Amino acid sequence: MSSLSIPHLLGLQNVPKEDINLILDSTDSFLEILERPIKKVPTLQGKTVVNLFFENSTRTRISFELAERRLSADVVNFAASSSSVKKGETLLDTARNIEAMKVDIVVMRHSAAGAGHFLSERCTSRFINAGDGAHEHPTQALLDMCTIRQKHGTLEGLNVCIIGDIAHSRVARSNIYGLLSMGANVAVCGPPSMFPYDLEKLGVRVFTDVDQALQFSDVINVLRIQLERDAGADFPSLREYHNTFGITRRRLEKLGRDITVLHPGPINRGVEIESEVADGPGSVILPQVTNGVAIRMAVLYLIGTRAE
Amino acid sequence: MASFVFKNAHIVDPVSGLDTVKDIHVTGDVIAGIGDNLSPAGAEEIDLRGAHIVPGLCDMHVHFREPGFEHKEDIRSGAAAAAAGGFTAAACMPNTDPVIDNAAVIAFIFDRAKGLPVDVYPIAAITKGRKGEAIAPMAELREAGAVGFSDDGSPVHNTKILRTALEYGSMFDVPIIQHAEDPYLFSGGAMNESIVSTELGLPAISRLSEDAIVTRDLMFTEYVGGRYHLAHMSTVGAAQAVRSAKSRGLRVTSEVAPHHFSLTDEEVRGYDSNVKMNPPLRRRDDVIAMKEALKDGTADAIATDHAPHAGFEKEVEFVYAPFGIIGLETAVGLSVTELLLENWLTLPQLVEKLSTNPRRILGLPEIRIAEGSKANFSFLDITAQWTVDVQRFQSKSRNSPYHGRTLTGRPLGIFNNGQLVLHR
Repeated sequence: MSSLSIPHLLGLQNVPKEDINLILDSTDSFLEILERPIKKVPTLQGKTVVNLFFENSTRTRISFELAERRLSADVVNFAASSSSVKKGETLLDTARNIEAMKVDIVVMRHSAAGAGHFLSERCTSRFINAGDGAHEHPTQALLDMCTIRQKHGTLEGLNVCIIGDIAHSRVARSNIYGLLSMGANVAVCGPPSMFPYDLEKLGVRVFTDVDQALQFSDVINVLRIQLERDAGADFPSLREYHNTFGITRRRLEKLGRDITVLHPGPINRGVEIESEVADGPGSVILPQVTNGVAIRMAVLYLIGTRAE
Repeated sequence: MASFVFKNAHIVDPVSGLDTVKDIHVTGDVIAGIGDNLSPAGAEEIDLRGAHIVPGLCDMHVHFREPGFEHKEDIRSGAAAAAAGGFTAAACMPNTDPVIDNAAVIAFIFDRAKGLPVDVYPIAAITKGRKGEAIAPMAELREAGAVGFSDDGSPVHNTKILRTALEYGSMFDVPIIQHAEDPYLFSGGAMNESIVSTELGLPAISRLSEDAIVTRDLMFTEYVGGRYHLAHMSTVGAAQAVRSAKSRGLRVTSEVAPHHFSLTDEEVRGYDSNVKMNPPLRRRDDVIAMKEALKDGTADAIATDHAPHAGFEKEVEFVYAPFGIIGLETAVGLSVTELLLENWLTLPQLVEKLSTNPRRILGLPEIRIAEGSKANFSFLDITAQWTVDVQRFQSKSRNSPYHGRTLTGRPLGIFNNGQLVLHR
């Protein structure tokens, strides 16, 4: 099997299509392993992986941890609730201390955009970004792409629309970069007050009418509305958001065809997505979670065994 | 009394209109004579063939961090950086601890600067504690020696306070210097708002944040009078507003920092906190607008906003890094490279932006290269190429984005207060 051109996985922007294909193709063999009664392979035996989580996350951390353990890596979890600045120790000092204990791979989630980029330039470990601020969340986008590919056979030429708070979403950015590389047609939909500046320049179509967005789409990726975020500043209320942008069975039925529904989770039932849609026939939300473990196994394997 | 003769230098003085190669003889701190082939007995000869002598440069916007943050810079190290950068004067901003909002802190600063070859002029806070809530004792501060008023680092946002500052401040004929930024639009921003912030996922500061405050402030200046100076102008919109205000005859001046006429927000890709400052690096059209503003007189001065921070403070996640870069030791090189060589300004015009105009805005004594005047010069080699090496800076801090960049135009030294500082 060939190897990745990139030493770290910090994001999907500027990652070659060949690398994305390699990760997606490798994922298929790890999915097969996950179906076995014994779900463990010795691929990363003797390697140490640190999950460095500066932001609360249950599901992404568990997904990574399962992936690491199924590859037989030694796993250490480091959870810091607040920013490094508030703790008194700088991020760089924290990372260098952990690295001095001889680790191979650092999986990091951090509230600051570019945190992984910053450390990867100053440390010797391999870095996998598990989410940095509003910048990127590459393994989420990879598992989204993997799930879409399972359902549709290809990403090329598919119409995919990301719906929600684009400005603050690292999931949106990674999906946009990855899907465009893979030849999909990408659109976004949401209130313009939740779009980042000059959004169209990313190469996406922009909708503010959710029904038009649905008409465009083969696949929709419904983003979580952060309940704590800026209600009243970026949009009026959850109720109005649901009425204007919420994905409901009624809206989907009007289309007269099936579309695939993704959601990165955790879902707010009744806000951005109705229960009947989340649990409905087009939903691939649970396959996304399964694929997430396999994608992370593939990424850890490809990064961890890549020749220096 | 020490005596020097500076030989064969090209003297450029926009005030006296001098633009010629002559020798200058200085005794003590006074120009004893200007002429050809001077060789007075007992004078030390300094050969400056190929170099220029210009009126001492003045940076009207620096942060010397003393009192309060001496691990970043102090008045002595800041003055050394100024001298190394070819400046004989610097006006220091009041965001110290304690804030420069009473006469005692001003007296302290003058005391610390006593005997230095660089004159340090304090700018006092507009409001007590720079909190934006109540006007500082401006008469007391002016009497103690403040050369201007500013809450720099924060805007004066409250419209009533702004009006009072312009009205009350008009008694003293010194500028009200505004850090123009709308705090609501700023909201935790770390870089300019553009496609780059969109791609990087960084919280952004829109140009609107500066434009809105400048436009509003100029309406106030027009209504109540007073003298308004816009610090670190950085946007197309702010330049248009100032240009229009000047054409209406308002007493308005502005300054531009070298990083705003030399770098764009594309530099932020890579998340290097040495390109993080406030106002942030903007777009290409803003950079060109700053050069145009300097050329047509909309921008009166080049001021560095020299903002030292310790390495450990800057070596953090981009959003957590403090704003600011140091600028004193690269200002001449950047001005020559970006403005003189690109024909935006002539050398006399460049000297106006770096010396004559900032001194006039702050009400400092005019410098004249003429017999009998006080000797206050900078020596420049405008053809020398050099590579910026932050390890060689006199500043205590190293937070410059220009490390490794090759510039044309190098300060060779200064003469002021009877003291010669040469760097060769």
